[in-house]
Amino acid sequence: MAQAQERELAVVIGLEVHVQLETATKIFCGCSTEGSEEPNTRTCPVCLGLPGALPVLNEGAVEAAVKVGKAINADVPERTRFHRKNYYYPDLPKNFQITQYDAPICQDGELEFTVESQRRTVGIERAHLEEDPGSLQHKGGSIDTAEYTLVDYNRAGTPLLEIVTEPDFRAADEVRAFLAKLEEVLEYLGVFDPERDGSLRIDANLSVVEAGEVGDDGHIDDDILESANRTEVKNISSHKGAEKALAYEAQRQKNAIQRGRAVEQETRHWDESRGITVSMRSKEEEKDYRYFREADLPPLEVADWKERIDIPELPDARRERFREEYDLSDEAADKLTSTKQVADFFEDVASEFDANLAATWVADNLLGELNYRDMAITDVDHRLDEIKRLVELVATDEITAKNARETVLRDMLDDGTDPDTIAEEEGLGKTDEGAVQQAVEDAIEENPDAVEDYHAGEGGAINFLVGQVMQKTGGSADPGDVNQLLREELE
Amino acid sequence: MSTEYNGYVTEETIEGTEDGPLAGKTVAIKDNISTEGVPTTCGSAMLEGYVPPYDATVVSRVKEAGGTIPGKTNMDEFGMGTTNETSAFGSVENPAAEGHVPGGSSGGSAAVVAAGDADMALGSDTGGSVRCPAAFCGVVGIKPTYGLVSRYGLVAYANSLEQIGPLAPTVEEAAELLEVIAGPDEHDGTTRDATDHGTDYDFAAAADGDVDGLSIGVPTELVEGADEEVVETFWDAIDELEAQGASYHEVELPSVEHAVEAYYVIAMSEASSNLARFDGVRYGPSPDYEGNWNEEFAKVREEGFGPEVKRRVLLGTYALSAGYQDKYYKKAQDARAWVKQDFDEALSEADVLASPTMPVPPFELGESLDDPLKMYLADANTTPVNLANLPAISVPAGETSDGLPVGLQLVGPAFGEKTIIRAGSALA
Ligand SMILES: [Zn+2]
Repeated sequence: MAQAQERELAVVIGLEVHVQLETATKIFCGCSTEGSEEPNTRTCPVCLGLPGALPVLNEGAVEAAVKVGKAINADVPERTRFHRKNYYYPDLPKNFQITQYDAPICQDGELEFTVESQRRTVGIERAHLEEDPGSLQHKGGSIDTAEYTLVDYNRAGTPLLEIVTEPDFRAADEVRAFLAKLEEVLEYLGVFDPERDGSLRIDANLSVVEAGEVGDDGHIDDDILESANRTEVKNISSHKGAEKALAYEAQRQKNAIQRGRAVEQETRHWDESRGITVSMRSKEEEKDYRYFREADLPPLEVADWKERIDIPELPDARRERFREEYDLSDEAADKLTSTKQVADFFEDVASEFDANLAATWVADNLLGELNYRDMAITDVDHRLDEIKRLVELVATDEITAKNARETVLRDMLDDGTDPDTIAEEEGLGKTDEGAVQQAVEDAIEENPDAVEDYHAGEGGAINFLVGQVMQKTGGSADPGDVNQLLREELE
Repeated sequence: MSTEYNGYVTEETIEGTEDGPLAGKTVAIKDNISTEGVPTTCGSAMLEGYVPPYDATVVSRVKEAGGTIPGKTNMDEFGMGTTNETSAFGSVENPAAEGHVPGGSSGGSAAVVAAGDADMALGSDTGGSVRCPAAFCGVVGIKPTYGLVSRYGLVAYANSLEQIGPLAPTVEEAAELLEVIAGPDEHDGTTRDATDHGTDYDFAAAADGDVDGLSIGVPTELVEGADEEVVETFWDAIDELEAQGASYHEVELPSVEHAVEAYYVIAMSEASSNLARFDGVRYGPSPDYEGNWNEEFAKVREEGFGPEVKRRVLLGTYALSAGYQDKYYKKAQDARAWVKQDFDEALSEADVLASPTMPVPPFELGESLDDPLKMYLADANTTPVNLANLPAISVPAGETSDGLPVGLQLVGPAFGEKTIIRAGSALA
């Protein structure tokens, strides 16, 4: 088939990221956000939407949102208020969702991140608070074929922050890098628990335009964006998933355009298991949510909240400080600030031992071994004291760095044993000086040929003798010390 | 023992604590105020059989104050009516005017008080729903300042407009009940503390009948269009207040000609959203319809709601829709702001504003059912007060030549409950 002239095409992506904010109680009632997963147990008249129940704003959720606002350098208004978004859906207890419309808690922010070693900044149009709906369990089939559907309102009322970006992404890998950075920042702020199921949900708008429409600075005219048909891709729940879904969708749209077909403006569902996006509704009607003010929640004065609420040091600032304060390489500083827990642990170790030793142990040894086992620091967070003890054993010369790394750490991670027990059971405690001295003398006496070679100036001879001593001490002696002792003895 | 005038939907006694200011008193509760373990129907087939698992804040307060609840009173469906005839449980006959409606929507509450079957009652007032039945049944009714009384547990009709209020034979008893239910509530973020607004909660003590030096403003717009005999009775009551030392002057409220329209647009819009939860999943008829969820809930709502509720939900949905919201809902909000401003100005020159509560005497049963507009226009004097979030009281002013009760409405400034209670207590 003759290939028609390939058109240069560019991808335009904007995101709506729903983040569950980690608060102890729900956004409009006192029910717990975590705990029993028995359906409909973490509920009350308010989050069940019972007739007569009224929402009361949990200011903790607003505080969490303001922290995010500070981190993304957004404007926080003088007063923030809530609206009702009206639509019928069985997971929505009141058949309207309390959300923010014209006075969102954050506006005009941005987030900087690195992709392919390039720094990129994406604009954040707004971030607004809303209540999570309940969840549906379709029994005996999918949404279309199920015999019946059960509703669980445990999730209903969990605070959500919907972060809406500008259509600033030009590739799927940028989305992934952005989301990873966003998660990192949210974690640093302590407002987000990535382990919680459904804590991050992403909808993406994607369209394809002529590459020539993209300016050197990445700018595209609004009317070009408006005129391009876009699809909304739903059901994305991770940054890896986002990259795959959007790479697929970008290619699908490009293919359609290259074949001269129009892209339909529609909502598509990301099917993770099949790795494709599928059309959700053939006839997508323009939704009218009939937004109007939620009179049950008076506007909240938040003018001074940004000033009043402190946020911890963010990853970029901490990375910079690590480089300077601990004299770390870029790579080490990156690794050591990859999550707040890693950075906190590093600083804890560095406060007691040498910073270089701490950096090697946390960035290379610990993260390396964890990575090899497909684990994260969160998997060993209850054992950080043991890992610190291992660093101490090395710092105080009780065991060698090599044994600590290759035997003790690996056994700790694989068997769950503590470092002192492993060192003892494996006989890794450094041999005392007398025993090393004895081994040195024995090695000299037992190997006259090597001694002769040494005196003849053969460089390899000393290494042979060091090896002999190490063998005698079961590897527990320090090779550098042995080398030194041998030389002294042979003079 | 049900009342022959159909005042109660559910007669079931809920005992309060042993002592307290309401000890020995019975307080009937409008059936849109949640009572734990006792059905709360809102006068609707949609909520037939619904038993709330919690008490409204006002119900807890009445029980703690020693009041005994004799039952849940009949009402217009979801509060949508001026005659109590839209109830799914039948209309109520006015005990004070045979063959006539008791007014609405708290018709049952006013009727059981007028008949002496309860010492007092709670109603709710979205656009006059306490004051209208109080006027029609010849009893006292108070619509408090928005935010004085918790709405937690009140099934919402139009949540930006409504307040729970007391009905009783005398101003002093109504004030006693208001004293019990008023005050901030952590379950209702819109409640405000009266002490932050330069007053206190000693409402009953204010019912001392002392109107010497009271300045009464009479908004001409609220008197002009009223029925002739109503106007006569109204002026007789003003004369009586004047005789006791009050003075009156006429004031203007030019914006009120738009108040009824604005009120209905806002109330219907809010209602369309507030009533959306009744979708058949957890309440309402559960017939075995074929079809998907959308089709099923449409049928549930078709069957469960009466015609007046459907009318208001449809009109409210329309008024909020894209392309119409600016024309209707936003305009109504502008009118609301204007009405507030007019009241503020009028009240800067008077302690209270007086008017007939209802421009007409009680309708005959069945008279207005087929003419919703006639019913809506009867709310001309009460709805502006809800738009302005102000307190108002309706006290019996006298009767027409046919012996039909006529009410006098007194409107005060925000948190001016004591002023209207004092003024009203000079008459009842
Ligand atoms: Zn709850």
